[in-house]
Amino acid sequence: MLEIFMRFRRSHEFWLAMVILLLCIILTVATDSFFTLRNLSDLLTSNAFIGILCAGLIVVLVSGGIDISFTATATVTQYVALTIANAYGATWVTLFLMAGGIGIVLGAINAIFIERFKIHSIIVSIATLNIFYGLLIYFTRGKYIYTLPDFFTTGVNFFEFEYDQIPYSLNLQILLLVGSFLLTWFILNRTNVGRQIYAMGGNPDAAKRLGFSTFRLNLFVYCYMGFIAGVASLAQAQFAQSVAPTVLVGKELDVLAAVVLGGASLSGGVGTVLGTFLGLTLLALLQNGLVLIGVSSYYTQFVTGAVILISVSATALEAARQHRLKRARA
Amino acid sequence: MSTKVSSARGGLQAFLFGTNGSLTALLVSLLIVFTLIIGQKFLSPTTLQSMAFQLPELGILSLAMMITLLKGGLNLSIIATANLCALAMAFCLTRLVPGTEGLTSYALIAVSLAAGFVVALIIGLINGYVIAYLGVSPILATLGTMTLVKGLAIGLTRGNVISGFPEPIVFIGNGTIAGVPFGILVFLACAIPVSIWLSRTPTGNAIYMIGSNEKATRYSGVDTRRVMLKVYVASSLLAAVAAVVMMSRFNSANASYGESYLLVTILAAVLGGVDPFGGAGKVIGLILALVILQVISSAFNLMGLSQFLTLSIWGAILIGATAFALRYRNKQRR
Amino acid sequence: MAAFLQLTGISKKFGGVQALRDVDMTIEQGEVHCLVGENGSGKSTLIKIVSGVQPPEPGGKIVIEGREYASLAPTESTRAGIQVIYQDLSLFPNLTVAENIAVGRHLGGLHLVKWAAIRAAATQAMRRIGIALDLDAKVEDLTIANRQLVAICRAIAADAKLLIMDEPTASLTRTEVNSLLGLVRELKAKGICIVFVSHRLDEVLEVAERVTVLRDGRKVGTFDARDVNDKKLAVLMTGKEFSYDLKSVDLSNKPVVFEVEALTRTGEYDDISFNLRAGEILGITGLLGSGRTELALSLFGMTRPDSGTIRIDGKPVTLKSNQDAIEAGIAYVSEDRLTLGLVLDQSIAANATVTILEKLAGRLGLIDPKDRQIMVDRWVKDLSIKVSDTENQVRTLSGGNQQRVVLAKWMARKPRVLILDSPTVGVDVSAKDGIYEIVKRLAEEGVAVIMISDEIPEVLYHSHRIIVMRSGRFTGMHNPTKTSEHDLMVAVNA
Repeated sequence: MLEIFMRFRRSHEFWLAMVILLLCIILTVATDSFFTLRNLSDLLTSNAFIGILCAGLIVVLVSGGIDISFTATATVTQYVALTIANAYGATWVTLFLMAGGIGIVLGAINAIFIERFKIHSIIVSIATLNIFYGLLIYFTRGKYIYTLPDFFTTGVNFFEFEYDQIPYSLNLQILLLVGSFLLTWFILNRTNVGRQIYAMGGNPDAAKRLGFSTFRLNLFVYCYMGFIAGVASLAQAQFAQSVAPTVLVGKELDVLAAVVLGGASLSGGVGTVLGTFLGLTLLALLQNGLVLIGVSSYYTQFVTGAVILISVSATALEAARQHRLKRARA
Repeated sequence: MSTKVSSARGGLQAFLFGTNGSLTALLVSLLIVFTLIIGQKFLSPTTLQSMAFQLPELGILSLAMMITLLKGGLNLSIIATANLCALAMAFCLTRLVPGTEGLTSYALIAVSLAAGFVVALIIGLINGYVIAYLGVSPILATLGTMTLVKGLAIGLTRGNVISGFPEPIVFIGNGTIAGVPFGILVFLACAIPVSIWLSRTPTGNAIYMIGSNEKATRYSGVDTRRVMLKVYVASSLLAAVAAVVMMSRFNSANASYGESYLLVTILAAVLGGVDPFGGAGKVIGLILALVILQVISSAFNLMGLSQFLTLSIWGAILIGATAFALRYRNKQRR
Repeated sequence: MAAFLQLTGISKKFGGVQALRDVDMTIEQGEVHCLVGENGSGKSTLIKIVSGVQPPEPGGKIVIEGREYASLAPTESTRAGIQVIYQDLSLFPNLTVAENIAVGRHLGGLHLVKWAAIRAAATQAMRRIGIALDLDAKVEDLTIANRQLVAICRAIAADAKLLIMDEPTASLTRTEVNSLLGLVRELKAKGICIVFVSHRLDEVLEVAERVTVLRDGRKVGTFDARDVNDKKLAVLMTGKEFSYDLKSVDLSNKPVVFEVEALTRTGEYDDISFNLRAGEILGITGLLGSGRTELALSLFGMTRPDSGTIRIDGKPVTLKSNQDAIEAGIAYVSEDRLTLGLVLDQSIAANATVTILEKLAGRLGLIDPKDRQIMVDRWVKDLSIKVSDTENQVRTLSGGNQQRVVLAKWMARKPRVLILDSPTVGVDVSAKDGIYEIVKRLAEEGVAVIMISDEIPEVLYHSHRIIVMRSGRFTGMHNPTKTSEHDLMVAVNA
């Protein structure tokens, strides 16, 4: 037990958790509005879209690949699924089946280009980002959808209760956010496919030699990313109460920033679901906290950038120090 | 004798199937197809001129991206840098220049532009220091500076536009010399020195070596960290040149212009034969790739097709060209 | 005793190259067999055929425990109990010891991970060979020797009956090699056959029963290990006789160019002093971990000594970086040619000129391609590097020619002091002489050479003086004409 704790103390996640804790303490002391149910609920709801995508992207990074195309995938899934729902009617189940299914198909396209043509995932996903997005806007002429099915507009609200005359509930965004993180955690840590993904990311040649089917694994990874993009797109559309085909593309680097801040490595095999969640939390808290303590919202991005830059520099310096220590001990 | 013939044939084959050869072939076939569809209008001076007006922004930004890719890195902050530089220049131009005349006016314009280049220099030094001396991975470091620099631009301007520039600035992006848009001359004035820098100078040679294997290059006595610092500074300065062209074309500057260019610069560079992991690629390939992208864009425009359809075709060509190049390389290895 | 594996008439062609030609080989039950040959002799192709990665040409026959196959699929090979431990070990650095050992349990369709079963399987495999590593440690945190144990355990956990080990001793210290050989005896006692693929023959001959030698894709023969020694094997592998004569050379009239006094870097080397005359070749030998490479890195300015002085031509120098060292006339040929010595993906010309880029730059700081080519051609000719086109990737060259390119790039700097770290690693036995010739010639031209190697004959037959290093210290100075391989071996391993 002690050993597990000691191991955790040396980990990236520990430092992130400490920074977040410190930030929470400062914000709680400095403002009245931070540590309130209202703010925490808003925080989760408004960060759900980015957060859900993080839960997909960590799988891709662990596998040793990268995906940039998921915002375009989300745009397509949300537009097509809700257009069909408007035209032919749908239920929650069929809506999610459609969005998830389209996401899986688009993910499979990525995987096939990557595996069959042996093109690196960064090139493939930059290309498919443009292809998916360009074709969608071309065929839809970029029209927004403002009328959505009634059940969708209402959303879901479990465990409704009132506190200080404000209604609270477990809404769609929070449910999907928590659900996708749990699902990703379960896949990566509790299924053999998840462990194979870690193994492939750590040493792809060895994975091939040991008889792992890298095609099937990559298919799984990119289809999962597509599926998650479909789920995230519905959370976003329900939150925005509309479908705006041009607002999602461009957010891919925000998602990437949260995941790498959480300790995932771009060279594969490294990264945890907990770390990803903490990275996401740190960025969300920063933006929220700056607004609460009265920093102009125009400057939140500046501070976010500074935090990213300082944190990646500190991590690199710490890694160099550890390296030196290791040699001195040897 | 026979070996000579076969090597000449090998050379031709290597050219046809090599990056520049296949790009030229692609370009020629696109020109033929589009001329057949659109007719005379496609190759008219007006069309060519409008292509030449549009190419420089993306072109210079792609050069800025390309040199970092060659080194085995990446610079995600080029667009943010260009915007902040443009804002710095625009701020100075709108405060200093109005009301002045003649030489004073020109001097103040020069000072304003210099202000933008100083901003670029600082950003380049930050990127270079963090990447080369602290050892942060380029994608993370420049993701950070991208957010930081864009955040600073938004914070300082509150998202507002600065517009209204003196005549000489407007000329850079919109004027022509003997029918040739001035912007394309600016692009060539960047591309040619960069090309010479890469192929003919010690630093350029070192960039390719570092792109393939930084450690081995360091063990050969090259000050690789200094070279890497230079690359990021050069990338930033090129972004500042792009800033001048951009703000001149829009006659305004803003914190979030041209963001869709970011991934397109990588697309152009990779299409032009730049290895996204470093060590290989030439400026001439990039220029061919840029012309191909521009030709498609202009032709689609003339055919009345959406610019978004152009985006998808660009993506498809990137995958097609990469798959073709890889297949040829594998065949050669076998 | 029946044979476990019997190969008959195995051939393999890659394009126009005949990698293997009609090779027969038998592995008896419970045998330790050694497979030797130069690079390109067909060793790795043979392993690939046995492990099922490559099919042999039709006509060959593979018999495993009485079952006959025309060719093997990788899964068939594994099911028959054949496990290969590659030189890179093929481990997953980011996973734990337990997962690496029991990785086979991760395979198959979608199912839940049974952590308890994985730990049990890993523990059992470790117990079978009598080791106990921390199950939860990540493999990337282990020493190379322990990683190798994990790889062996993985093979055991997969029910290996035949274990093929590719260059297993290459990166181990002598103590680690000894315990590995002990382990091999234990596995043999349990009835597991072992095939060693190695070039450090002296060690392997201690445990092997038979040796099969390959040359140019053909089998030279299979010999009883008691009947051969490493010299005889070298002759069988190359088809050439080697003999070196030792001449004592008087260098006392040459000036001292390089002096090192009380150089110390904590944890790496301690109180190192020596001097070097122009034209002298100083051999430094010691085991992996004796501090030999660490010392070289400090002499080349890559690391800073904690104390001590380095003098060139009597003047003390401070080497803040390797640029300082190069400027002072020191050159360093790394033992790790593939990642530190050369940039494999760049051209021969680019690699040969990387050290003199600034010097090649003429007016306006530009390099004239013609000047560059003249320079490259000169070195290619001077060192007889076999190339068809100097713009080809350096990767396309053989090990020996690659090493000549490394030497070329340093000779272009006209160094005063040349430090060679294991200069013939990965160079074929028959190509080694060419490298020695160049080194000898450089010394005759007045370069002071430090030759570091763990191959005792290398330093014995090619240096004027030999220093033995152990645990970071110099333990003795030897004169090659008055010592022997055996004496040096004793000094190194003491």
